[in-house]
This record gives sequence, structure tokens and C-alpha cells, in this order.
Amino acid sequence: MQARGVSRRDFVKFCAWMGAMLGLESSAVADVTKALETKRRLPVIWLHFQECTCCSESFIRASHPLVADILLDKISLDYTETLMAASGEQAEAAKQDTMKKYHGEYLLLVEGSVPTGDDGIYCCIGGRTAKQLLEEAAAGAKAIIAWGNCASAGCVQAAKPNPTAATPIHKLVAGKPVINVQGCPPIAEVMAGVVVHLLAFDRIPQLDALGRPKAFYSRRVHDSCYRRPYYDAGLYVESFDDENAKRGYCLYKMGCRGPTTYNSCGIIKWNNGVSYPIQSGHGCIGCSEAGFWDNSPFYQRLAGFPGFGIETTADQIGMAVGAAAVAGAAAHAVLTNIRKRGEIGRHPGEDEEPGDRPDEGKPQA
Amino acid sequence: MSRIVVDPVTRIEGHLRIEAEVKDGKIVDAFSAGTMVRGLEVILRGRDPRDAWAFAERVCGVCTTVHALASVRSVEDALGIVIPPNAELIRNLMFCAQYMQDHVVHFYHLHALDWVDVVNALKADPVETSKIAQSLSSWPRSSPNYFKELQKRLTGFVASGQLGIFANGYWGHPAYKLPAEVNLIGVAHYLEALEWQKEIVKVHTIFGGKNPHPNYLVGGAPCSLNLDEANAINAERLAYVGKLLDDAAEFIEKVYLPDLLAIAPYYLEWAGIGGGLSNYLAYGDLPTNGYGDVARFKFPRGAVLDRDLSRIHPVDGKDPQGVQEFVSHSWYDYSKGEVGLHPWDGETNLHYSGPTPPYEFLDVDRKYSWLKTPRWKGHAMEVGPLARLLVAYAAGNPEVKDAVNGALGVLKAPPAALFSTLGRTAARGIESQLVARWAKEFYGQLLTNIKNGETRTFTKEKWDPVTWPAEAKGVGLTEAPRGALAHWIVIKDRKIANYQLVVPSTWNASPRDAGGQRSAYEASLIGTPVHDPKLPLEIIRTIHSFDPCLACAVHLYDDRGDLGTVQTSPNV
Repeated sequence: MQARGVSRRDFVKFCAWMGAMLGLESSAVADVTKALETKRRLPVIWLHFQECTCCSESFIRASHPLVADILLDKISLDYTETLMAASGEQAEAAKQDTMKKYHGEYLLLVEGSVPTGDDGIYCCIGGRTAKQLLEEAAAGAKAIIAWGNCASAGCVQAAKPNPTAATPIHKLVAGKPVINVQGCPPIAEVMAGVVVHLLAFDRIPQLDALGRPKAFYSRRVHDSCYRRPYYDAGLYVESFDDENAKRGYCLYKMGCRGPTTYNSCGIIKWNNGVSYPIQSGHGCIGCSEAGFWDNSPFYQRLAGFPGFGIETTADQIGMAVGAAAVAGAAAHAVLTNIRKRGEIGRHPGEDEEPGDRPDEGKPQA
Repeated sequence: MSRIVVDPVTRIEGHLRIEAEVKDGKIVDAFSAGTMVRGLEVILRGRDPRDAWAFAERVCGVCTTVHALASVRSVEDALGIVIPPNAELIRNLMFCAQYMQDHVVHFYHLHALDWVDVVNALKADPVETSKIAQSLSSWPRSSPNYFKELQKRLTGFVASGQLGIFANGYWGHPAYKLPAEVNLIGVAHYLEALEWQKEIVKVHTIFGGKNPHPNYLVGGAPCSLNLDEANAINAERLAYVGKLLDDAAEFIEKVYLPDLLAIAPYYLEWAGIGGGLSNYLAYGDLPTNGYGDVARFKFPRGAVLDRDLSRIHPVDGKDPQGVQEFVSHSWYDYSKGEVGLHPWDGETNLHYSGPTPPYEFLDVDRKYSWLKTPRWKGHAMEVGPLARLLVAYAAGNPEVKDAVNGALGVLKAPPAALFSTLGRTAARGIESQLVARWAKEFYGQLLTNIKNGETRTFTKEKWDPVTWPAEAKGVGLTEAPRGALAHWIVIKDRKIANYQLVVPSTWNASPRDAGGQRSAYEASLIGTPVHDPKLPLEIIRTIHSFDPCLACAVHLYDDRGDLGTVQTSPNV
């Protein structure tokens, strides 16, 4: 403040004037002074392109910190079409103000993919294309967060035949760090967690090869699944709501994509730890992976994945272990260890990605 | 005459542009345009019909669940699958949770800032605010100190000069009429509702594993019921749902409705503005005896024409002369020219013919939107909470009649007041109260079923594609929070041959038809007063009263694989 040539006395006078203008009691003026003295909140611009707003909806589900606290105390969300009071020209003016005033300092959040087909006419806002708007806002951004699968990988609109040439953000922006916070949508607490990381530690979190924060995307859902012991024991749901489903056995044969999906669903879970898809009886559909929509039909089991290769193995293991499990827990432990040995030495998400192996992560033909 | 452009319309889902002609301080013509398209129906073709719900659910993350529901119903209808009663109850509970969350978020976070002046709340007297709040309801967060602390926080926020989401709002505009104290209550509940809404969606998380975008399943619900298993829906999970429903009902009764009824009297002039169309359509939902027994839906199905509440017109999604879509003012071509096509017979070719961006105005005399124009038997129809209540009212539903008459009584307003911007906003609140009540009924029935030994949540019949006929057609009807929603599916050789959606905001936000007949948004804006053409406050009030959801509304389908001018990118 001093550096900007304003004395403390002038400043308090300004606050009192401000308070009088706003019709405040004098006791409130001290609070105003304090608020102005605290560090300026990080200016943030949130752009919306080809999306369904599930990322915005997920973000407002955050429980720690609460989204109201993020908005009032931690960041200054100067542009978001979902929540901002202003519309039309006033909305655009708010964005332009922030881009100008905080050039090089603001955080850019992007929800949605950018259609590059036919000169971008498949997504226009204020008469300009998504591509034009992204390029303009990215130019002065300190860093970019690509929310969800749309901004990270194109999501459903980029599924075959991708009619509008929906394109993820990292393919369109150069020279800026892009953090891909994957998922459809990402878990609320993961979204809040990434923002908190940037604010509290003032640096980009460590990312995996696909630009995803390692803190949340370095573990396969399969490896952190509470139903994993049933997989290891060869105990599978054979049909929805069968006796095995009612016991909560492994959903691998129902098409679960947990074995090829990197996300924190099994650890953080959803909506402040209430449940996650597998816990509620449906397989993972792999929504934090690029191209997951074309890795379907969803109810067809994966042909193979690291650990136990092909699905016929699973059937055989299922029969063998199903019988052995009756005999005793020892066989289960032995088989579990065999599996685990096969995986030691690999760091999921770093030196190998799902899909690197020709038969991995594809549904059975 | 001057042309106002509002783009983006914010506090909605998706990308909406309004152009309006203003003369002598009133809107004389209006044009509504959807400016984003993704092409989901093309993407759905050739896929496994059992997967369709997941794709379709991604049509919208605000009204998450509703497209999944319409989708699984369309497949079940095509294949003749009847789901077990518990699956229907679980779907109903998820439906009710969606309505409660969506309506509350709409009221406080998408609509309230049109009526509540946030900056003016700084002038409120906290003691007086507390008195008013306590006179409205017994909600405990209402002490003078509570409002004083909130005001301090808000003051610091405003004084920081970083107004964030409140920047450049229309604060101080003469169209804001609330006393400072009511504004402060509004802001308090804006923040409380933001915290509350993340709770009720846990009903989705329990039954569907996550929210947004919980899991659905053709043939039932994916979760299993087992009272003797930690891994299934057991007594703990059910108790969790019960508490969430109780808490939600309390918030709606003690916060949402009292706020609605406290704010509305200051804006009664808006009971005479924004009426627009006089035809209302509802597909109905919340089955109490299975989806096949339409007569026993909580929300009845039907159409009201010319605001005549003495007569209900039957609606059939399969009637080729019923729902039809037109493209006279939409950026698509029909091979058969200016005809209306029933969705089963639909065809679409994306063909943008608007101005090259960046542009100032759309060519509204020609094509100007990515939304098609749906009509029911040729009529432009309004859909949404108001349409649902009017159809139920006309059907003589005693619960709905009591709720509507009760609210009108409090506001001392005649029934005609419903046909307005304010009526639409009030309908959403009245409906929330009903849904909160019904959710508890469904919950009770689920417990009773389990007690009686009925625990099925899924039917395996027709799960295996080998059992399917070579060709099948179905339609799945539901009511999204924003209005009548339907998905039409054609299955050939066990794959999706055609998939089409006609969604609430397509009905409401579409461009006019070939005959010049306006759809709901455009019609509702005619006659709206505009104090200052540079500030679109009055326009967004009426548009927000519909709860726009544009990602849903814009789509395309094509039964011939001809994508017109569309290119595909090889590297994506």
C-alpha cells in the first residue's frame, strides 16, 4: 500500500468515506479497513464452451472448502456464465477489466471443449467463437485449469464421429501451464483441492503425463477399490442385482473400467465421501480417461488389463479361487500376492498409460 | 426503435443470446438463439442402446439425471421392459432430489439476483432484518447477530473492490424494489442455499454413486438392496436418505417458500408481465403404480390450450401428428423442405448460414439458432413448472389445487396472475413443496416394500441383446425441472439407428416457426418494459423465469449419416 503512495492515514480516511457511502455503522469501517489490507484475492476467469455445466455444478458441491468461502474469501471469480450477476455487455466488460488489470496474473479456468470445425461456428458467445475467446483469455493468464473431460480430452462431443471437431484446451494453447482436472465431472473436492493447492502453495501441483494432478490421478480406481479383494478372490457379479451383487462382489464382469481408469473415486469418493459408482452397484465407466466414450459398450468386460491379462483368465481364476476360497483364506492370500508381484515396479500414470498395450483397456471384441 | 443484444445471457445453463427490439420503453419483438451445438444424436448412432443413458445424461449437468431417465425409459419402452417397483421408487426419489436441488439453486443462484440487490443489503438494519426473518419462518439462523456478522463480511467483500461474481451487476437499478432488510435476507439465504444444495444431491450419490451424473440402468436401478450387507443399500444408507429428505423439506418449507412469498409482494407488477404463450404442455411423471400407468402419475400428462383450465387435451408421444420439429429458422436443412417431422422420422443436417464471427447481429429474418422449433399439433407450447401445475390444476389434482390456491391466497392474487414471469417463478416454489412431500411418500413405500420382503431393483429380462427383436422403437417421457422432456429411439440390429431428443428449452427457447408463430421466450418478452436499454435487467428476469438450459436444447440428429458441411478432426 505504502509502495503505491498511499499513507495509512489516507487509507483509513478512504475507508471511512467508503463506509459512509455504503451507509455503514462506524464499527463496520474497521472491518472494511481490515479487508482492504488483506491480500487481494486471486482474480479468476471461468470460460464456458462446449459443455453441460456439470463441472460448475460439481464445483459448487465442494465441502472443503465450502464454495461460498472460496468465492467470498479466496478467489475473485470475475467471470463465470453460470453464477455471475451481470449479463451481456456488462458480463463481457467484467471479463475485459480483469484481463487488462491483472494481465499475466489471473487464473483461467475452462469448462468445455472448443469446436474447431467450420471456423468455430458451432460455439459462439457474444458473437465471437470459442476459439477466439480462448486465445484472448489465455494470452494474459498465469495458468490454465481445464475442468473435466470436455476441456481435457473433448469428452462426449469428441466421441466418434466428433461432428464439430471438439478439441481439448491443451491442444489449442501454447506456452501456458494447463492442468487437466479430469472426470465427467471431476470430484468436487478434487476441483476445490486443485484451487487450494494453487492458492496455498503458489505453484502448479505435480502432473502426470496427461497433465493431471498426481495427487488425485495417480491411482487406478481398481487399485483403490474396496471391492478389490473380491476381484482377487474371483468373486464377481454375474448380473445386476443377482445374489453376488447383493453381496457387493466385484463388478469386473459387468464392464467395470476401474482397471484402466486413474481417479480418486475409491479414495476421496463423491459428495464428501458418501459413495462412488462401484459402491453403489454400477461399474466405473472410466470418465477421467481420454476417449472413454469410444471404449464402449460399457457393459462389456474389458478384454485385458495389467495384472491378469485376458478375460478368460478371470473366468478361470474365478472358478478356481471361488472353490479355493471355500477351503480357506490361504489360497486367496497366495493369489493376491501373485497379482501384486506382477504390478510391483510399475508406477501407474508415470511410465505407462492405459492403452499403451494393444489389447489393454478395450472391451472384449 | 433500437436493438438490444444480450449475449451471453448468464445465470443459465448453456449459451443463449437474446436480441430484442425496443420502442417507447417496451419490447416489441424478440429473438432467441442457441449459439452452441455438439451433435450428440449423431454420436449416439450405432452404439449399444443400454449405453445411451450415459451419453444422453451428458446433455446437461444442471438437470443431471433427467436425460438418463428419459433414455432408459425409451429403451425399456422399445423392448417392452417393465422395471420392478423398487427401481421405480428409487428413480422417483432421485427425480425428487433433482427437483429440490435444481429449483432451490435456480431460485437463489440463477434467479434471485434479478430481484435482490446485493449491494443495497449493506444498508440493512440487522435488528430489523432479524425481526422480518423471524416473522417469516422459524428457521433458526435469524438472530440480529447472524445478520450483523453476515453484513460485515459482505461489507468487507464489497469494499475490497473485487466484486467477483457480483461485479457489474445491476445494483441500484430502479427496478429493484426490496427494502434493504429483505435484500439482506436474500443474500443470507443465497449463501445458505449454496451450502445446502450439496447435501440433497447425496440421494443421487447413495443410489447412483455420484453427483453430478449418477448412474442409471436399463431394466431398473444399479444399486442392490440388502439389509444384511455392508456393500448394498442397507438400513444405514436408507436412514441417510431419510435424513436428507427431511432436511431438504425443512429448507424448502422454512427458507425457500417464505422467501418467495416475502419477495413476491414487492414485484406484483410482474404478475402482469411476461405471460407469453397461452398453451401449456406436460408429459407428467412420478409414477405411483409403474411408468405404464399414466393415470396414476403425481404430475399428470396433458395439454392446456388457450389458458382454458376446464379442459385437458390428451398427449401421446407416439402420435406422428403430435410432436413435430421444424427448422425454418434453425441452422439445419430438411431434405423434404419446410415440413414438420415427428422425431422417429427426423432428419437433420447441420448447415450454418448465420453471419461470420465476430458478428454484431444475427440475421433474424432467416435462420438464427441451433435450436429447432418443436410444435404440438401445430401449437407453440410452454413447458416447465407452470405448465405442470396448470395441467395438474386443470386435471383437478386436489394437492396441486390446494397448493396453488394457498400461494395465491397469501399473495392476494387472482389465478390469472399465474400466466406471467412471477407466476412461473412462484410455480417452481409451489412445486418444490409438493415434491418434498411426495419424496417422503416414496421413501415410506420403499421401506414398506423392503419390510415385506420385496428387494428387487432390476429385471434381467431383455438385458441380453440376443433376446431383442430385429427392430424396435420407443419413447421415454419425463419432466425435467425445466419442463417436458422426451427421448425417441429406433433400435435396429441391436444398435441405435436413430436417437432424438426434444427437450424443455427447445420448446421454450426455439426460434419462431415458418408461420411466424413465436415460441415461449420470444412471446413472453413482448411488452416487457425496459427502463434503460443498456441494462437488460427486465429481459433477464423474464428469461430466467423459464430456467433456461441451452445445452439440452441444442442438438441434432440424422437418420442418413449425411453430416452436410460438418468436418471431423483426425487428431481428436
